[in-house]
Amino acid sequence: MANAILTHRLANGMALVAEPMPWLESVAFALLAPAGCARDPDDRLGLANLACEMAERGCGSRDSRQFVEDLEYLGVDSTSGVANTHVSFAAAMPADSLGEALAIHADLARRPHLPADQLEDARQSCLQEVWAVDDDLAQKCMVELRRRSYPDPFGRTNFGAEETLEACTLDDVRNFIAAHYQPAGAILAVAGKFDWNDVRARVDKLFGDWAPRPAAPVRARPAPTGWTHIPHDSPQTQIGVSFPSVSYRDPDYYKARAAVGVLSDGFASRLFSEAREKRGLSYSVYAQLHSLRDRGAVFSYIGPDRERAQEALEVMLGEFTRLGQGVRADELERLKAQLKSGTIMQQESSRSRASSIASDWYFLERVRSLPETLRIIEELRLEDINRHLAERPPRDFMVVTLGSEPLEVPRGISPPHPG
Amino acid sequence: MEFRRHTLANGLQIVAECNSEAYSLALGFFVAAGSRDETPEIAGVSHFLEHMAFKGSEQRSAADVNRQLDEIGSYCNASTSVEVTNYYAAALPEHQARLIEILGDVLRPALRPDDFAVEKEVILKEILMYQEQPPYGADDRCMALHFGDHALGRSVLGSSESVGALQPDAMREYFRRRYSPRNIVLAAAGRVDFDALIRQAQIHCGGWEDFPAPRAFTPPATAPRFEVLTKPQAAQQYALQICDAPGADHALRFAARLLTIIVGDDSGSRMFWEFVDTGRAECCAMSAAHYVGAGVFNTFLCCAPEQTQENLNRLAALLAAVQRDGVTEAELERVKRKVGAHIVLSGERPANRLFSIGSNWLQRGEYRSVKETVAQYQAVTRADIQAVLEQFPLTRPTTVAVGPLTGLRAPA
Repeated sequence: MANAILTHRLANGMALVAEPMPWLESVAFALLAPAGCARDPDDRLGLANLACEMAERGCGSRDSRQFVEDLEYLGVDSTSGVANTHVSFAAAMPADSLGEALAIHADLARRPHLPADQLEDARQSCLQEVWAVDDDLAQKCMVELRRRSYPDPFGRTNFGAEETLEACTLDDVRNFIAAHYQPAGAILAVAGKFDWNDVRARVDKLFGDWAPRPAAPVRARPAPTGWTHIPHDSPQTQIGVSFPSVSYRDPDYYKARAAVGVLSDGFASRLFSEAREKRGLSYSVYAQLHSLRDRGAVFSYIGPDRERAQEALEVMLGEFTRLGQGVRADELERLKAQLKSGTIMQQESSRSRASSIASDWYFLERVRSLPETLRIIEELRLEDINRHLAERPPRDFMVVTLGSEPLEVPRGISPPHPG
Repeated sequence: MEFRRHTLANGLQIVAECNSEAYSLALGFFVAAGSRDETPEIAGVSHFLEHMAFKGSEQRSAADVNRQLDEIGSYCNASTSVEVTNYYAAALPEHQARLIEILGDVLRPALRPDDFAVEKEVILKEILMYQEQPPYGADDRCMALHFGDHALGRSVLGSSESVGALQPDAMREYFRRRYSPRNIVLAAAGRVDFDALIRQAQIHCGGWEDFPAPRAFTPPATAPRFEVLTKPQAAQQYALQICDAPGADHALRFAARLLTIIVGDDSGSRMFWEFVDTGRAECCAMSAAHYVGAGVFNTFLCCAPEQTQENLNRLAALLAAVQRDGVTEAELERVKRKVGAHIVLSGERPANRLFSIGSNWLQRGEYRSVKETVAQYQAVTRADIQAVLEQFPLTRPTTVAVGPLTGLRAPA
C-alpha cells in the first residue's frame, strides 16, 4: 500500500487532493464546486440541477455534442450530479487521458456556453426527472423523510418541483453559475495512476486564475415536523424511519457507524435477520448513516405488503430501541471484518477512491489514508460503542409512510419535538 | 495474470484468472439453471432455489451461513437469470479456504420446510416490489409476448400464483435435475491460490454426485406484437421493445453489442441525442442480452404519457434509419474506444472479472483476457454491423407499453 495523500491548495481556495495508486491502469477524478441545491432560491427549486444540465451543453471550444464525443473518444466515463452542498463532475479513464479530461472539465466548470436555444430541452430533461420520482415509490418516501429529518434546505433533494423549474429563466441559470461555480470551497480529488508534478502543474494552469466569489453561508430554517403519510393506492407500503446521529466530523462517527453496521451491514445484521430472515416482511430492508457537516442521521427503509405494514414498522422501531441497549462482541467482530475488507477493496477502484477522498476533504479538510482508516476500524472497542449508544440512544424517530392506509404510532414511541 | 483450469472427477469445472497483485479475490459458482429450464407449473423455482441455498445445508442452519459469511467480511450475493444462477462472493485472499467451504455448502441446500415457508414470503414480497415499481412487470410481459410458449419467454421470478403453490418436493426434484457438477463452473479471479483452490474444491465439492443434466434447445419462433397494459396509478408511461439479436454462441455478438452502444447507450448514442438530450424522454436506451441459441435487443423508454405516441413514432423512425443506412465509421471508432476503456476500467476489480470469466466458461467453454476481449471489439467492422442488421433487423420489435394510457398505436 503506497497511500501517500498529496494535497495542494490554490490561492483561490480550491483544493487539489490526490492519492497515487500506481498498480492501476486507470485514473479517476471528482471535481466538486459549491453549487448544490441548498443554494436554490425557494421559488426556483431545481435551479442547481438545471444549471448543471445547461453547463454540460457546450463549454470552451466544444459544443454539446463535441463535449460528449470527445470525452468518449478519450475513453472517459463521466457522470455529473447535484447534491445538497455541491455539484460534482466525476470521471474515470485510462491513465493517459487525464490531462485532456482535466482541461475539458476546466472548461465545463469555468466556461460553459449556457446556450439560450438549449434551455427548453434542458428544462424538459429536469422535468422528466421530477416526474420519474413520482413512480419510484420507495424514493418518494425517502425524499419526504429526508426533508423532515434535517433543517431546510439541508433536507431537500436536487430535483426541485415542476412549478419552480418552469419559473427558471436563462438569467437565473447564468446568475447561479456566476455565483456558485467558483473555486472557494471547490475540491478536485484525483486517485489512480498519475504523475503528481504533472497534475499539480496542470491544475495550477487550468484553475489558478479562477476568481473566487465566496458565498454567504446557507441559513437553516426549521423543517416540517411530525410523522406523515402519503396516500397511494398500492398493495405495498413504503416505510421510512430516521433518527438523529452524528456527523462524519464527530469524534464518535465510527462508533455510530459501527452501531448502524450491526443493524444493517451483512446477512447476519439485525434488520436483515429480524425483518427478512425470520419474518419474511420485506425483500428490501436497510439502515444507513448519512452525514452533513454539523449533524448526521440514520435513514432506514422497509417495504412490506399493506397487511403486515404495522408489524414491519414495529419491528423496525423495536430494533432501533434495542440498539440503544448496546451491541455484542461477536456482532462487532463481524462488522470489523466487513469494514476492513471494504476498505482494502477500495484500492481496486480509482473511481471509488476519488469520490471518497473528495468527501473526506469536504468534511475534514484532510484525507484519511487507508492505513489510518484500517487502524480506526481495528481500534473500535465494544465499550466505547456501547457508551456512545447509552449517551445517544436512537430516539426522536421520524416516520414517513406511503401506501393505501396510514399506520399507528406504536405505544411508547414519540415523534421528534417540533423545531 | 495467469489463466488456470481444472476439472474434478465428478465433472465440476474450475477456472481462474489469477492475479498475484490483486488485493482481493472473487469466487463464484455458475450453474446452468434458470427460467428456461422450468415448466409453467414450477415457474420461479430456479430463483426461489437460489434464495433457499442460503438457508443452509445438513451441516449449517440459515443463521450459520449468514453469520459465517459475515465473519470473514465477505461481500456475497447471488442472482438468477434466464439460463444462469450464480452464487458469488468477494473477500480478502486469506479467507479463500473458508469461502469455498461455505459457498460449497450453500450449493447443497437442505431445503427445510420451515425455511421454505418463510422464504416464500420474501419471494412474494420481491414479486410485489417489482409489480409496484416501473416498469410494473412489463419487461416480463414483453419477453412472454415475443417468445410465446418458448421457454425463453418465462419470467425468472415466476408469478405470485406459481411461487405460492410451489412445494419443497418440486424444488428438490428440480435441484436433482439441474445441479449436477457437470452443469456447474467454479470460477475465481484476483489473488487466487489455484492449487489450493483445487484441493479445497475437491474436499467440499468432490463428493457431489454427477448425473446427466441436458437442456432442451428448441429454436424460438418469435413474432412482433404490440400490447398496452394500463396502470392508472403510474405517473409516467413506459415502453419496452424486444427484437431478436445474436445468441451467446453467435460470432456477431461483439458487433451486436457495439451496435447497441451506438444506437442506444445511455449517453452519446443516437437515442440519447434524440430523446434524452432534448428532454423528450426521461430515458431511452438499448441493450443486448445473449442466451444460448438466441438473443434479444431490449429497448426501454420512459416519458410523460402525452409524449409517448410521438416518441414511439420517432423511435420507429430512428431504428428504420439505422436499419437503412447502418452506422458511420466515426461512430464505430468512438464506441470501440468507449467499450475498450470500460472493459479495462471495470476489469480492475476481481469481482467484475469473475462474471466475465464464469459466464464465458459456462456458456461457451472459453476464456478471454481483458486484452483479448478488447481486441475482439477492435476487430469489428462496419460490414459486421451491417450483417447484424441484415440477420437481426431492428425494425420488427415486440412492444409492451405500460402506464396511465389506455390507447397507443403501433407506429406505421
